[in-house]
Amino acid sequence: MFKSYFALAMDGPNKASSHDRHDKRADMLFSLVVKGCALLVLIALLGAAFSMLWGGREAFATFGWKFLWSSDWDAVQRKFGALVPIYGTLVTALIAMIIAVPVSFGIALFLTEIAPAWLRTPIAAAIELLAGIPSIIYGMWGLFVFVPFMAEHVDPWLDENLGALPVTGPLFQGAPIGLGMLTAGIVLGIMVIPFVASIMREVFLTVPSEIKESCYAIGSTTWEVVWDVVLPYTRSAVIGGIFLGLGRALGETMAVTFVLGNAHLLSASLLEPGNSIAATIANEFTEADSPIYLSSLIALGFLLFVVTFVVLAVARLMLMRLAKRAGENKQ
Amino acid sequence: MSVSLFSRFKKQAAVLGFTTLLAAGSVHAADISGAGSSFVYPILSKWSASYNAKTGERVNYQSIGSGGGIAQIKAATVTFGASDMPLRPEELEKAGLAQFPVVIGGVVPVVNLPGVKAGEIRFTGPVIANIYLGKITKWNDPAITSLNPKVRLPDQKITVVHRSDGSGTTFNWANYLSKVSPEWKTKVGEGTSVQWPSGIGGKGNEGVAAYVNQIKGSLGYVELAYALQNKMTFTKVKNKSGHFVDPSLETFQAGAASADWTEQPDFYEVITDAPGKTSWPITASVFVLMYKQPKDAARSAEALKFFKWALEEGQSDAQSLDYVALPTRLVEQIEAYWAKEIR
Repeated sequence: MFKSYFALAMDGPNKASSHDRHDKRADMLFSLVVKGCALLVLIALLGAAFSMLWGGREAFATFGWKFLWSSDWDAVQRKFGALVPIYGTLVTALIAMIIAVPVSFGIALFLTEIAPAWLRTPIAAAIELLAGIPSIIYGMWGLFVFVPFMAEHVDPWLDENLGALPVTGPLFQGAPIGLGMLTAGIVLGIMVIPFVASIMREVFLTVPSEIKESCYAIGSTTWEVVWDVVLPYTRSAVIGGIFLGLGRALGETMAVTFVLGNAHLLSASLLEPGNSIAATIANEFTEADSPIYLSSLIALGFLLFVVTFVVLAVARLMLMRLAKRAGENKQ
Repeated sequence: MSVSLFSRFKKQAAVLGFTTLLAAGSVHAADISGAGSSFVYPILSKWSASYNAKTGERVNYQSIGSGGGIAQIKAATVTFGASDMPLRPEELEKAGLAQFPVVIGGVVPVVNLPGVKAGEIRFTGPVIANIYLGKITKWNDPAITSLNPKVRLPDQKITVVHRSDGSGTTFNWANYLSKVSPEWKTKVGEGTSVQWPSGIGGKGNEGVAAYVNQIKGSLGYVELAYALQNKMTFTKVKNKSGHFVDPSLETFQAGAASADWTEQPDFYEVITDAPGKTSWPITASVFVLMYKQPKDAARSAEALKFFKWALEEGQSDAQSLDYVALPTRLVEQIEAYWAKEIR
């Protein structure tokens, strides 16, 4: 910068305009490169979505809209429907987020506001380490450690104490086998926590300490500081972190396959086995022996795109309304 | 890696002499490749190792599943495909493929009932079908207790475990249930994956074995080798002639021997529910698919040589891995079939 002004002063206007042109070209080149980087993501996304739509066209053409709400999954009769996997995907992801969001918030709050300084780094490192564990390890831990625990302690208790309730009762009825939607949701929740927690922690750290300190100075409690200052200040980044976790929960394959039960059965009970889109594809892709079977699996993959997109869009819409209301409140 | 190994091999060969070098060159040119059934993978890799030690030939087998094996051989990317489910003669005709069995195995019901030992529980085909249909749901159902008067069966729900992936094991299991239960045949049918009326799905034999070991009161089905190696509680099943038999190499052998292999062209024969006093009712065979008029005739001939060796001399290998070798009469029929069908 300084050098170019210096050059301008020394060499006069002619030389400078060639410099300008050079700069302009470099600017343009740079903007093209970064545009290309951004476009690459878009192209990859659209390409993947389109190729799955193309691969699934036979299933969509054969079954039409019925594909979305049919609970059939019969390779012998060649009748396929996506209802069971879509339902399983949404329910397990929902359970996961119900667990992961509050726990992650607690972790981030503790690490940024309450924990003594010497404890912060080790715990933060541990969380990041958790994020790096391959999902198959979670699956194996789920099957060999967590499933027996659920079967012996949690499932029977739920069945006995909540299974008889009028409205929510049907959610908790069933044989205590330990596998099922609830177990899968909890394992997913544990898997998602490190992602959401580490993002929350990072963004909580970005809140200027002047603001926080002035709040403390006028007598706010830690909770008030976090709830009324830190959270509103970082809201969009926090929601972004939650979305990232949600995306992972919707698409997770291996861990879910181990603990979900992989049964194409539609059941209201969270204790019964079910299936998810990703688990169905992973289980059945290699042995899909008819073109319509293969096409239905690829169509499921496309629906996972759609489901993820719809869920994220709805979440964003809710966020926008929330932001608008918050704005109105201030006025 | 294989190139450097080969060049090292070539250098050694050059030292040893010119003829050896020639032999080494031809070995590399005629690598036999195959793909398909994961059930047959352990025995095929054992055979290929033994055969390699004996002749220097190499057989590369990818265990990608029967469905994948059929797709690969139809695309002609491999010399042979292997499938747990035979293809219909019409389908073979259309694709120009020949088909023959190479090894016998069997599917075994396994249970997890604390205090019950292997071979103590007795089932009949229709009872198993009704359990899998979700019609018998408790272990102390009269249909089960009347078969097992000596065993104390708990008042516990039966958790049915099946395969979540498409599988030849499932095909043989569902085929057997279709033969013994008309209701199963119309409601569910047979195939490498079916619409299960009840139960949970495990991926692969190991997945089913893991679930059965985890869940008390469960009933699943695995290949014999898995049941034996994991020390699972297998059950007796009543065969077509009305005898309760244990799953073992002998009863599998009896099942294979009592099947009539000449009835159908291209050995299109699913040998479940075989007659015979000592036959295991859910015996299964693995089929190899090869082109009748292969593009690479030399390589195909090498593959046939390998299978000839395997069928005639690979029997001890098979038994050590809990597979059953084919009956001698069947081997003769297969060799006659090769001479007639494969160029």
